[in-house]
Amino acid sequence: MKPVSRHVRTNVLWAWFWMAIGTLYFVIPLIATFDFSLRARKGVLTFLAYQRVFNDAAFWRTFLFSLQMAFFTIVVSVLLVVPTAYWIRLRLPRLRPIVEFISMLPFVVPAIVLVFGLIRVFSGPPFRLTNTFTGTNVLLIAGYVVLALPYTFRAVDTGLAAIDVRTLTEAAQSLGAGWGIILFRVVFPNLRVAILSGAFLTLATVIGEYTLASFIVGIKAFGPYMSLVGQNKTYESSSLAIISFLLTWAFMGLIQIFNRGRAEGQLAGAR
Amino acid sequence: MSSSTATPRVQGTRDAPQARPATQRQRRAWRDWLGVTPFLLFAFLFIVLPSTYLLVGAFRGPGGQFTLKNFADLLTPSIINAYWVTIRISAVTALGGGLLGFLMAYGVTVGGLPRWVRMALLTFSGVAANFAGVPLAFAFIATLGRTGMVTVFLKTVLGLDLYDKGFSLYSFWGLSLTYLYFQFPLMVLIITPALDGLKREWREAAENLGASTFQYWRRVALPILLPSILGAMILLFGNAFGAYATALSLTGGFINLVTIVIGSQIKGDILYNPGLGYALAVGMVIVMALAMTIYFALRRRSERWLQS
Repeated sequence: MKPVSRHVRTNVLWAWFWMAIGTLYFVIPLIATFDFSLRARKGVLTFLAYQRVFNDAAFWRTFLFSLQMAFFTIVVSVLLVVPTAYWIRLRLPRLRPIVEFISMLPFVVPAIVLVFGLIRVFSGPPFRLTNTFTGTNVLLIAGYVVLALPYTFRAVDTGLAAIDVRTLTEAAQSLGAGWGIILFRVVFPNLRVAILSGAFLTLATVIGEYTLASFIVGIKAFGPYMSLVGQNKTYESSSLAIISFLLTWAFMGLIQIFNRGRAEGQLAGAR
Repeated sequence: MSSSTATPRVQGTRDAPQARPATQRQRRAWRDWLGVTPFLLFAFLFIVLPSTYLLVGAFRGPGGQFTLKNFADLLTPSIINAYWVTIRISAVTALGGGLLGFLMAYGVTVGGLPRWVRMALLTFSGVAANFAGVPLAFAFIATLGRTGMVTVFLKTVLGLDLYDKGFSLYSFWGLSLTYLYFQFPLMVLIITPALDGLKREWREAAENLGASTFQYWRRVALPILLPSILGAMILLFGNAFGAYATALSLTGGFINLVTIVIGSQIKGDILYNPGLGYALAVGMVIVMALAMTIYFALRRRSERWLQS
């Protein structure tokens, strides 16, 4: 027995060691950024940089804009993915490989390539989406839905696997429910964990998203706004980094609560 | 309307699929397809169409004729260098982040760290893996920039001037350190379920047969985990390979990455040839497609043992 317990002890020691390294890597940049954000006035620690950020009308305007974009992205994603995943489970299992393949495609197409293609296709005839504000917003939301597709589809599909779709559908039908009622009163409520965690993941990634936003809508969105602040205001940019870190933390914390501590549902793409 | 006339219609659309007249089955098949039409239409418009546009454009010359010249033009030194730097930075951060992430995930799964550490690690990994782009660049400028906290600390306390020693946050290694911030948490998130799948019985069986810890890892655990580890590292590779915002806001575009070159090409025709820009994008997709093919092959292998 003795050698085993010694093993375990050195094991635990190493485990703590690597945990400490990782924790330092995680914490030091945050401390440095927070410290920096408090130094807007020479010699004293002050929340002046935060004050300036919160007093900036552009901060609220761009933040609310990105919040709106995130909201529409979530609505469109859910309306697009849930019925499709449900229908495939129920009626068209042979289409599953195709839909799965399509939903994995955004993994292969980096955001910068996606936005390249979107702009070239939709700025010309017959679409001309980039000529109007509504058009660019639609294009941005569509791009975000594409970027979120692998995660939303997987989350919803795993959620559907956990419930007995066929029985639920037949039960609802025998009680006289039509497809609309089945979708909105049976399927959606049963998927609320998957949908909510997908929604907050989308929120966390879309709020500060830069790549698509900077090319499609420019300075109207929060990501490009932060980037602009970073070019000429040092302390404000640090406070923005802290603010967006806290936001990410809040959204991820909510996902954790919904998922009760499982690791799934927290992965998003590169930015 | 009486119920006797309504019943057959309801049966026709809603019943179990067996035994029905051929015409009804055909109508059902048509209706079935209607259910996935919105998704397929969306995918066609916003995934297939843009990709095809770039692909076709990559094979077109200035006059619209078919050509392979755009791909031949990729072989200029500056573009080869862009691919090479991007691939190197992705590989370095995938290896480094993969290793650190694996060791940390190991600690909270097999390593015997308390449960609250696991919870904390998974929460923070969820946050850090999604904390990329512009704010991450700001954070690292405040940490390792010229007047960053760590830079100043090393200089004043240890007398080590990083920037005199040739380090720069805005170069290859600086960017790699920054990418690591979202890479190793991503590894933790991907690999933890795989480590959870290691069965205690396997270890006990190995020990009962007289295997040492080393032998257990060499002969049992590692062969089972290897596909998962490699697969996860490939995901990290792809994650860094497509990153644009972090690199742009950190270096201001002064680092030669493929994503940065494509970004400038979107803003204006910096390559003086739109076809070349499309070929550049297609090249990225090819690298990503290769990576993902290997990833899925590896995942099939790992699923044989680990049902997570």
